[in-house]
Amino acid sequence: MTFLQHDVPFSWYLLLSAILFSLGVVGFLIKRNLITVFMSIELMLNAVNLSFVTFAREWDMVKGQIFVFFVMMVAAAEAAVGLAIIIAVFRARATLSVDRIDLMKL
Amino acid sequence: MTESLHLWLIPILPFAGFLLNGVLGARLPKWLVSAIGLLAPLGSFVLVVNAASAALITAPKTCAECGSAAASVAMPYAETWSRPWINLGTLHVDFSFVIDQLSLVMLLVVTGVGFLIHIYSVGYMGDEEGYARFFSYLNLFLFFMTVLVLAGNVLLMFVGWEGVGLASYLLIGFYFSKTSAANAGKKAFIVNRIGDFGFLIGIFLLLASFGTLDFAQIAARFSASPFHIVIQNGAPSLSHGPALPSTAVITVICLCLLIGAAGKSAQLPLYVWLPDAMEGPTPVSALIHAATMVTAGVYLIARTHALFDHAPVALAIVAFVGAATALFAATIAVAQNDIKRVLAYSTISQLGYMFLACGVAAYAAGIFHLVTHAFFKALLFLAAGSIIHAMGGEQDMRKMGGLRNRLPVTFATMTIAVFTISGFPPLAAFYSKDAILYAAFVHGPAGKLLWFVGLVTALLTAFYMFRLWYMTFLGEPRSKPEHHHSTPLSMLVPMVILAALSVCGGWIGIERFSAFLAPSISAPRARAASTDVQLELVLTLLAVTVALLGWFLAHRLYSSKPERAAQLAAGYPAGYKLVANKFYIDEIYDAIFVKPLMAFSKYILGWVVDTAILGGIAWLLAGIASFTGAILQRWQSGNLRSYAAWLAAGAAAILIFVLLWGSPHGWSLTLLHPQTVYKVTHITTLHLGQAGH
Repeated sequence: MTFLQHDVPFSWYLLLSAILFSLGVVGFLIKRNLITVFMSIELMLNAVNLSFVTFAREWDMVKGQIFVFFVMMVAAAEAAVGLAIIIAVFRARATLSVDRIDLMKL
Repeated sequence: MTESLHLWLIPILPFAGFLLNGVLGARLPKWLVSAIGLLAPLGSFVLVVNAASAALITAPKTCAECGSAAASVAMPYAETWSRPWINLGTLHVDFSFVIDQLSLVMLLVVTGVGFLIHIYSVGYMGDEEGYARFFSYLNLFLFFMTVLVLAGNVLLMFVGWEGVGLASYLLIGFYFSKTSAANAGKKAFIVNRIGDFGFLIGIFLLLASFGTLDFAQIAARFSASPFHIVIQNGAPSLSHGPALPSTAVITVICLCLLIGAAGKSAQLPLYVWLPDAMEGPTPVSALIHAATMVTAGVYLIARTHALFDHAPVALAIVAFVGAATALFAATIAVAQNDIKRVLAYSTISQLGYMFLACGVAAYAAGIFHLVTHAFFKALLFLAAGSIIHAMGGEQDMRKMGGLRNRLPVTFATMTIAVFTISGFPPLAAFYSKDAILYAAFVHGPAGKLLWFVGLVTALLTAFYMFRLWYMTFLGEPRSKPEHHHSTPLSMLVPMVILAALSVCGGWIGIERFSAFLAPSISAPRARAASTDVQLELVLTLLAVTVALLGWFLAHRLYSSKPERAAQLAAGYPAGYKLVANKFYIDEIYDAIFVKPLMAFSKYILGWVVDTAILGGIAWLLAGIASFTGAILQRWQSGNLRSYAAWLAAGAAAILIFVLLWGSPHGWSLTLLHPQTVYKVTHITTLHLGQAGH
């Protein structure tokens, strides 16, 4: 199983991470539904996680992996809070379109 | 073996009284406020008397060799707080209190007369609002005044000097809801500022030329021989002491001090604040604006007489300022109708006498007159206050008259005071005024002129004082006041005591007085050694004749034929108007100084500098801020996705910047390990580059 051990080049992981991150950014920017926007953020976080793990493995350092745990923890907390906010917003405005949630507009 | 006199307690007691009454007074019962207000000056007075007895009773026995035998206090006696106040390079200033003959006399007057006036105030201010405030201010004044007198150096004296100015301001404006009182307070403060400015310059010059601010050290520089014998390696050798500043420098210093003294002591041309200061309650006029504070200028000159003795020009100017003020103010006093204003101008005139005495180097005579003046002028003010109290606040003498039956004690004491100030023997001012006139007469050729001015002033003094006397006490009552206040005992007792002092105060005689003061006021100058008895007798007779003449004139004009005064005034309308309007000095100052300054403030400083320049800059800054704000606020769309877009664009911009220009060893990502950074950026660029292909 050499393929699994070595054959996937280091840069591919990074490339995948970059693609995922870009997808997250694009989704974050173009989607109107708040939940989708939220999922895009999660996607970006996980793209970053992937590159963390990649570097950690490449340089045999455990720091990156520990960092991933932190990110996951914060992401979980953020998901809880974020979803609660989304529910509150929906109850108040009866919509989830980010273009309509613009109370701060001058 | 000297015992401690606890000099620091003398000012601290009134200060404690000020704090207590100032902070708690409004909540305390009235009797407690009075008790605090009276006990503080009483305590100070007792301490001063204690110091005086310690210094006087055993002082003659002291000698340098048998110092241990004399368990007394040798003067000058100094107490210095162990911690220095200012210690800057060569400048050392301590909190040092010094008692010598001069300050002892001043202290006795300040605390003694001060205490009497405090007692008087209990009765006078009894039904006024702000009773506690009044007493706290009075105590504050005593605190600063005792600091001024006790100060062992010029700077500490200046602290007291400014402090009495503050207390004076507060008390003149005691009825601050009255516009005229508030304005009078401001006027006093501002005019005094001019004098204080001169004083301050004088202090700086003293420091620059003498290197010390200590009175004793400054005086020692003059008395010390220019050569010192210094024991060096066991062998005596001659060495130069520090050179004295040139006469010109000393003259300039003296003139600066004179400006300060003229401001505080209401001399020409800075006298204008004192008449207006009569807006304050009458006890204040008696204490601050007659007996004590206004004499601080005389005290300053006597205190720094070592300087003035070496600046004959400055001394001559002191004499002429004093003589001119004495005559000028006496002239104005003749035509005033407000009883307190007459007394105010009289005070200015008498202060002029004291300056005249200092100017002919007869400091002892000046201080002597200061003491007797404190007695009789305080009495005059207290009696005037008693009249005003009885008349229900009326101060216009034209509405008084015939008060001798209604106010017998006031009449008696006022009569004593009037005869005293006019210079009749054997009352106090007779001795002191005579001493001044004699000292002026024997003071060279210019002295004759000064003497003559003094004599004319004496005539005017007698005239306006008897005019006051006739207008208030004699004749028929010219108005019926609605309120009939009786004078309480607390007001009468101080008046009687002061009357007794006005009678006996001069009996010590100028010879003994100047002999007593001699150690602190350089001995040879205190009094001309050879006293020409015959000449003195002639001068005395002249002075008494002149006083009698003044009385006679006042009698003719205001008693036997009251309408004559009006006829006389009508005969010289221009002259009378000029005098009655105080020579229009206030108006002239107003036109020369106040109006241009106000115009300058309003138009140049107010419109040009403030509104146009400063305001313009402020408006410009505000305009820039709001203009850029108007542009930048478009970013704040409130739209979540636009914020996100800007965030992403910003992140992308930073990324591009780092990738293109970020050097691995530079500033860009130093948060990470340099090697790591290198690898990351390198690899990323590599693969991004590959991906692009």
